[in-house]
Amino acid sequence: MAKVDAVENTTLRRARFAPYGLLSPGIIWLILFFLVPLWTLAKIALSDKPNPFLPEYEFSWKFSNFTDAVSDNIDLIGKSFLYAAAATIAAILIGYPLAYFIAFRGGKYRNLMLGLVILPFYTSFLIRTLAWKSLLADRGPALGVVRTLHLTGVTDAIGLTQNGRLLNTALAVIGGLTYNFLPFMILPIYVSLEKIDIRLLDAAKDLYARPSSAFRRVVLPLSMPGVFAGTLLCFIPAAGDFINAEFLGGPNNGMIGKRVRDLFLRESNYPAAASLSIIFMIIITIGVLAYARALGTEELAG
Amino acid sequence: MSAPAGARQSRLLPFFAGLVLLYLFIPIIWIVVFSFNRPAGRQNVSWNEFTLDYWKHPFANEPLTEAFIKSLELAVVASLIATAIGALMAVALARYRFKGSGTINVLLVLPLTTPEIVLGASLFTLFFNREVAFGFETVAIAHILFCVSFVALTVKARIRGFDWTLEDAAMDLGSGPFRTFRKVTFPLILPGILAAGMLSFALSIDDYIITSFVAGDSLVTFPMRIFNQARTQTPPYINVLASMILGVTVLLFVFSLIRSSRREAA
Repeated sequence: MAKVDAVENTTLRRARFAPYGLLSPGIIWLILFFLVPLWTLAKIALSDKPNPFLPEYEFSWKFSNFTDAVSDNIDLIGKSFLYAAAATIAAILIGYPLAYFIAFRGGKYRNLMLGLVILPFYTSFLIRTLAWKSLLADRGPALGVVRTLHLTGVTDAIGLTQNGRLLNTALAVIGGLTYNFLPFMILPIYVSLEKIDIRLLDAAKDLYARPSSAFRRVVLPLSMPGVFAGTLLCFIPAAGDFINAEFLGGPNNGMIGKRVRDLFLRESNYPAAASLSIIFMIIITIGVLAYARALGTEELAG
Repeated sequence: MSAPAGARQSRLLPFFAGLVLLYLFIPIIWIVVFSFNRPAGRQNVSWNEFTLDYWKHPFANEPLTEAFIKSLELAVVASLIATAIGALMAVALARYRFKGSGTINVLLVLPLTTPEIVLGASLFTLFFNREVAFGFETVAIAHILFCVSFVALTVKARIRGFDWTLEDAAMDLGSGPFRTFRKVTFPLILPGILAAGMLSFALSIDDYIITSFVAGDSLVTFPMRIFNQARTQTPPYINVLASMILGVTVLLFVFSLIRSSRREAA
């Protein structure tokens, strides 16, 4: 018995320290290159910039940086979140039915269809967006179809095009964002749908639920974790993205990401840039927490 | 799995699903088709003339090829290191119960819920403050950072149901800890690790936003090259290289489909 105890003790002791050993490289990396940089960013966000022509700055608890960042960029901030929200909603509307179809009616083609969803995203993000730029261009195929059908007046009237153009409109940016982040919506929804026990639907049917109410009261609530995860994976990168705005949006549809980058790399105004990115992150975090609370899926946030 | 009640009759759903899949492939088809186009000007935007020239000499555009090779090198380095670090974390989190595991989980998720511009900006300020020279190393550090979280979380999800008593069984049968790891643990977690490694590779090779913050003036990656010259020129070489990456991916995909269908048949 004594020997068994001793063996168990050593395995226990090993078990107590082993996880920390395995974790240490990753934790060190995350602290050094994630937490410390965020700390540096926060400090610079509160710094003063005595000379407008030099990149130097000094720490001075300058909270007015934050109010300045908001008031100087209020329209960009609003636009970024509006575009990202519109793209996320569009992605849910487009992605949910496809995820549903693959999960419940995919049969033996399920893996094939999942692969087809992911495959386009193995071409570069930039190249895909450039392809959309050509597709939506003034002499491109999308407007060609509209013109041959003599629908320019109609599409202008319903806001699909502006003066017969697709490129450089808000809609083009939202469309690009929707396209580029769609798989991040489809995959989590698919995963949560796939987990649903099909017998629940049989039970609903046996209890005389109509298909629509079975969907609304059984499938939809059970797939909410997927919608939640998909929304985060879509909304956060979409709000910070500036590639779609750059290629598809033109001068009037800029987004906050571009502004942050220009403040850092072109204007070298580090305090302004840092405070703007901190504000952006705070808004996102508050939004995520509020959204989690509204959906009642707090446990997913952690 | 059978269809849920009432959904069997609906023809609208498969039609819509087909449309969405088509939508996903429209730009991809465009990219591949225009790799065979000889553009009239410097922009490869409208169809001019069929040619195989760009496919015959896919690497003839030197700045683009150079950037492409740099991106490949970066992706190899970043995905190898990130996969090693991330897989160790995943094993620790899935295998052991210990104090602070909740905090570690939050720490792992945070880089994924932080917008890329904030990650890029914060790393930029760090390197700038410490006067670290921007270049290959700084970009690799950034790529490893966002890949580690992806690797740790995907590997963890893959091995959560893993039966760890197999390790004990091997030890009971006289196998030492290293032999147990090599013969039992490693083969079981390998598929998850490979999948995570491929994901990291894809994330790294495609990243533009974070990279543009920490690359400095000397390093130009493939996405950076495309972004910088997009306003003035889009040579079909871009399409050729993109189609090649796509082709390799399709081959890997078909291979894995065949393998998994064989396994199901067996």
